[in-house]
Amino acid sequence: MIQVDRLGVRAGRFELAGVSFAVPAGQHACLMGRTGSGKTTLLEAICGLRAVTGGQVRLDGREVVHLAPGDRGIGLVPQDRALFEHLTVREHLAFALAVRRWSAPAVRERVEELAHWLQLDHLLDRRPAGLSGGEAQRVALGRALAFRPTILCLDEPLSALDDDMRAEVREVLRSVRHHARVTILHVTHNLADARDLADQILVLRGAQVVPVAKDALGT
Amino acid sequence: MSQGSAPPAPRPPRARGGSDRGFLAALWVIGSLYLVLVVAMLAADAAYTSPWHLWQSLQSREIRYAIRLSLLSCSLTAILSLWVAIPIGYVMARQDFRGKSVLDALLDIPIVLPPLVIGLSLLILFQTVPGRLLERVVPVTYAVPSVILAQFMVACAFAVRTMRATFEQISPRQEQVALTLGCRRSQAFWWVVLPQARRGVLTAVTLAWARSLGEFGPILVFSGATRLRTEVLPTTVFLELSVGNIEAAVAVSLLMVAAAVAVLLLIRAYGSEPTLTQGVRP
Repeated sequence: MIQVDRLGVRAGRFELAGVSFAVPAGQHACLMGRTGSGKTTLLEAICGLRAVTGGQVRLDGREVVHLAPGDRGIGLVPQDRALFEHLTVREHLAFALAVRRWSAPAVRERVEELAHWLQLDHLLDRRPAGLSGGEAQRVALGRALAFRPTILCLDEPLSALDDDMRAEVREVLRSVRHHARVTILHVTHNLADARDLADQILVLRGAQVVPVAKDALGT
Repeated sequence: MSQGSAPPAPRPPRARGGSDRGFLAALWVIGSLYLVLVVAMLAADAAYTSPWHLWQSLQSREIRYAIRLSLLSCSLTAILSLWVAIPIGYVMARQDFRGKSVLDALLDIPIVLPPLVIGLSLLILFQTVPGRLLERVVPVTYAVPSVILAQFMVACAFAVRTMRATFEQISPRQEQVALTLGCRRSQAFWWVVLPQARRGVLTAVTLAWARSLGEFGPILVFSGATRLRTEVLPTTVFLELSVGNIEAAVAVSLLMVAAAVAVLLLIRAYGSEPTLTQGVRP
């Protein structure tokens, strides 16, 4: 569960103050808002990548504002995916596990499990440069979910994909919640994606995050 | 609907191939003048001497000493430059802080200062009290360490620029993801950033080595031009010219040209050209 209570964030001259919202455990929430409204800034603050000026972030009941990003139990897929150009797909899937000192057999088992689920088996020895947009997005998802986080933050994961790949990645995202049992906070500006994937749609207006019914959003 | 007054089909644009060809030819002619000058200069050097002169020069005790000292000092300078350039380049690429523009200007001073002034400034620095105290422990002025220090002062500035440009090209988003995956900042640097900066590192170290090889002004002032003591290859060229031994001076120059070409080829093959161009931009 994600609970954000009166959170304040500053990014240069841009400032958000008093932002509050909640996403129940296991739900897929889409956070929408105009370009420049601060969606990504808010996501970064929840992930611990941006210092907050006040307020609280509770993840599964645990206050995390003072924790390092790696201790929050959040998997992050940024908009540009930020794959590591020098690592193979296998090394991407194993990265967080190696950092967290999992044993070699446990890493191998988890990598095989993820590769099978995300249909990356045949790409394990490839580097990001040779992957399609959909494949790269699946690698980014696998890397984020490898260490079994309880929260998954997605920043516009479908924005740079063509229609076919968009449909493919949507299908993967639909399966993520059930397969990985995570609570998802998904930043998007695409209504169709939000309607298709979200249990809950949140709209960031000023410092207010307002829950909006799917039907209330125009076409 | 009437079909009678259909607008005339647009005429195809007039072929302008002739004027385009003229423009491109003008670019080629102007560019070729410079290229011809560079090639002619190198060809004249090569024609002035012979393999025999080159071989004879390599047999000279002084020139062999200069080659050894140049290789040693340039290699040490390149390693020292990299050791400094990586942390400074990373900080300048990733952090915003008060006074950053002042620090940026300070880092560029060795690039814009006349080489002789750098040598003179180093000489004066070692006449101050801390400088003299250091000289008591390690003799620097007019000794081999002064050659390395003089080369380092200039070469390091180029290495810093190259490493900064390299780190600026690597998305900070990757480090952020690494942090969420459990890395500390230092781990994200070692495991994510530095491996991706390897072409920039190669460019920086090669550029620093090449700059050191050609450095003369600061060495002349700070180290002197003493044979078999502080003589590096540019010093040899100067000393041989000053006694009228032009064949030897040209032979040593050709050695330096060969080293410069090798460095350029190495960077083209394995280094990072965008960071090279940013690194050498004054």
